[in-house]
Amino acid sequence: MSQTGTIHEEEHHHDYFGAKLGMWLFLLTEVLLFSGLFLAYSYLRSIYPVEFHHAGSDMNAFIGVTNTFVLLTSSLTMALGIAAIQRGRRRMALLCVCTTILLGLVFLMDKAIEWTEEIRRGLYPSSAHLATLPLGEQTFFGLYYTMTGLHGLHVLAGVSVLSLMAVLLARGRINQERFVLLENSGLYWHLVDVIWIFLLPLFYLAA
Amino acid sequence: MSAIRTEHPHFPGSYLDNTGKRKGILAWITSTDHKRIGILYLVSTLSFFAVGVGAGFLMRLVQLSRFHNLITAQTYNSLFTVHGVVMIFLFVIPGLPPVFGNFMLPLLIGARDVAFPRLNLYSWYFYVAGALVALTSLFLPGGPADTGWTFYAPFSLRTGTNVTMAVFGAFLLGFSSMLTGINFITTMHRLKAPGMTWFRMPLFPWSLYATGWIQVLATPILAITLLLVILERLVGVGIFDPAKGGDPLLYQHLFWTYSHPAVYIMILPAMGAITEILPTFARRTIFGYTAIALSSIAIAGVGSLVWGHHMFTSGMSPFANMLFSLLTMIVAVPSAIKVFNWTATLYKGSIDFQPPLLYALTFIFLFSIGGLTGVIQGALAVNVHLHDTYFIVGHFHYVMFGGTGFGFFAAILYWFPKMFGRMYSRRTAFIAWWPMVIGFNMLYFSMLVLGLQGMPRRYYNHLPMFNTGHDVATVGSWILILGLIIFFANLAVALFRGEKAGANPWGGVTLEWTTASPPPVENFREIPTVTHGPYVFEPEGQA
Repeated sequence: MSQTGTIHEEEHHHDYFGAKLGMWLFLLTEVLLFSGLFLAYSYLRSIYPVEFHHAGSDMNAFIGVTNTFVLLTSSLTMALGIAAIQRGRRRMALLCVCTTILLGLVFLMDKAIEWTEEIRRGLYPSSAHLATLPLGEQTFFGLYYTMTGLHGLHVLAGVSVLSLMAVLLARGRINQERFVLLENSGLYWHLVDVIWIFLLPLFYLAA
Repeated sequence: MSAIRTEHPHFPGSYLDNTGKRKGILAWITSTDHKRIGILYLVSTLSFFAVGVGAGFLMRLVQLSRFHNLITAQTYNSLFTVHGVVMIFLFVIPGLPPVFGNFMLPLLIGARDVAFPRLNLYSWYFYVAGALVALTSLFLPGGPADTGWTFYAPFSLRTGTNVTMAVFGAFLLGFSSMLTGINFITTMHRLKAPGMTWFRMPLFPWSLYATGWIQVLATPILAITLLLVILERLVGVGIFDPAKGGDPLLYQHLFWTYSHPAVYIMILPAMGAITEILPTFARRTIFGYTAIALSSIAIAGVGSLVWGHHMFTSGMSPFANMLFSLLTMIVAVPSAIKVFNWTATLYKGSIDFQPPLLYALTFIFLFSIGGLTGVIQGALAVNVHLHDTYFIVGHFHYVMFGGTGFGFFAAILYWFPKMFGRMYSRRTAFIAWWPMVIGFNMLYFSMLVLGLQGMPRRYYNHLPMFNTGHDVATVGSWILILGLIIFFANLAVALFRGEKAGANPWGGVTLEWTTASPPPVENFREIPTVTHGPYVFEPEGQA
């Protein structure tokens, strides 16, 4: 069995197009995963337009916008990293990927600061303070924590995947000939970025 | 496929032989060979099928009129939840695609394996993990979930039973199903044998292709819905909870957005398997190849837009109700296209009446009843009367058991000699058919009648006016189970004592019959080159 295993691996690792196709299908499932939440958001917002507006004015737009810049920059470094490995510049690629990881961590740190502040103010699901607010504002915060939380988990997953990629880069397992793993990780990272671009106006600029 | 119809002199290394370093069960659960993974799924899904049958047997037993009030309502609630969750998530959804899809897809398209062999193995791990989590939830304090397999909010958010864990199990199972879908779609795009164009591809792969897209497009919606139920129960985010401003109807929409298309995940591969079986035993090419191929896609497409027919009485707008009713009627069209084409395939064929054909014909008969009762319920006015009665239960058992179940039985009879290299007793397979079909119709036709009389589903007890129907159904369940025991005992005996089956015991012409039985690890010594469509039978004497 072990022998056949290697034959399979070699065959399939070379199927660049197949690997990309599989990744795009996976990204499609990620989009649909979030689409359920976007659907819930648009439906509940159509029921509670005033409450969503009011609750949105409570959000810290500064942190939201900062995080947008952080993520957009990280997408740039990610793309640069892939371009670098395609040209065989491994150290440059490694530097770019590590910068991307760092920016991802900055994003998560910002997020943690923001959540801490909101929880301190009593704005979290099932809190006594939240229960005194109108129903629409309660669902706003329910959605806020669910959607940014799930997105945060995806950033965390992205950071972990990219850390693995950094190791593979350092060991030369990802190189000028075989870079589809890094490219696919990049695609994932861009998706996480794109989802955030939609979250920003829905929660931080809603007011 | 005639191009490679030569005798294989010596074909060493069947996939069943252990050649690696690992021994015994380890050699199986670490193998990335699609055939071994298929067998892993076969063993696991059939084990859970037995669990589901057991729960169903108990539910029927307590409905026997002599046994009124044998168990509490709470126990009955748990029983139908277990029966539903196990059958749907552990047997019917992962029935045909992971078992026969895994085993047969690469063989049918002339490939050595699926596109992502290791991911394929991980999918099975996800399946096992999901199954263990779901089954563990039965035995932990709090008790098994009592919501029914649909986990409707707000009850699922409030009940004290182990819903969180059961839902998490279903989430993992969904992940497994989705990864399988991604794998199969990529396999068909990338690994078809040279010369095999899309319209030279056999029709079981076509049905898997349509199924794959539903798995990819619909399962994430289930995933997020189940995650929300978990979040609601753990932290109370309030999206489905009316007390916090959420909307339970939103839950129903999201749930059925997945779970109705999921019905087609269950039935499409069974239809595909039937489409493979009929030409082989009619000794003629399939009638309407293109229509059957494209009707799979049409079913997948239209079937994704009909979920609202589960919610006619939930309080949607009359316009939405009408629209969903209309779309439901439309989805019957591609299904009927298949039935007509299957029948036309048999017409003027040279019928070789073997067990797989018998079960395939039974599939068509039972599925037609299931499909037609579906149209009855799709009609808006009738649905209000029939909603949540035994008529619904009877209908979906005709589709899920009479359709997918019998499709599964036909498929296993058809491909068993290929998978294991041994032939079962055909006579016993014929004998088992009688109790299965008689018991099946006693059980589920009674349910259709009971439903029309007004028997509500999910009640642990019934009024005396329903005694006769319930008694007939319960006795039917015993006969059906007897048939199932004979059926599977026959296959189990054949595993060890069956006579050797040749490479091509049925005279099939698709690619899987050109290789040895059981197939070698690499499937084909040389990847075949395909020069024509999949079901070309040469006139006798020339073959």
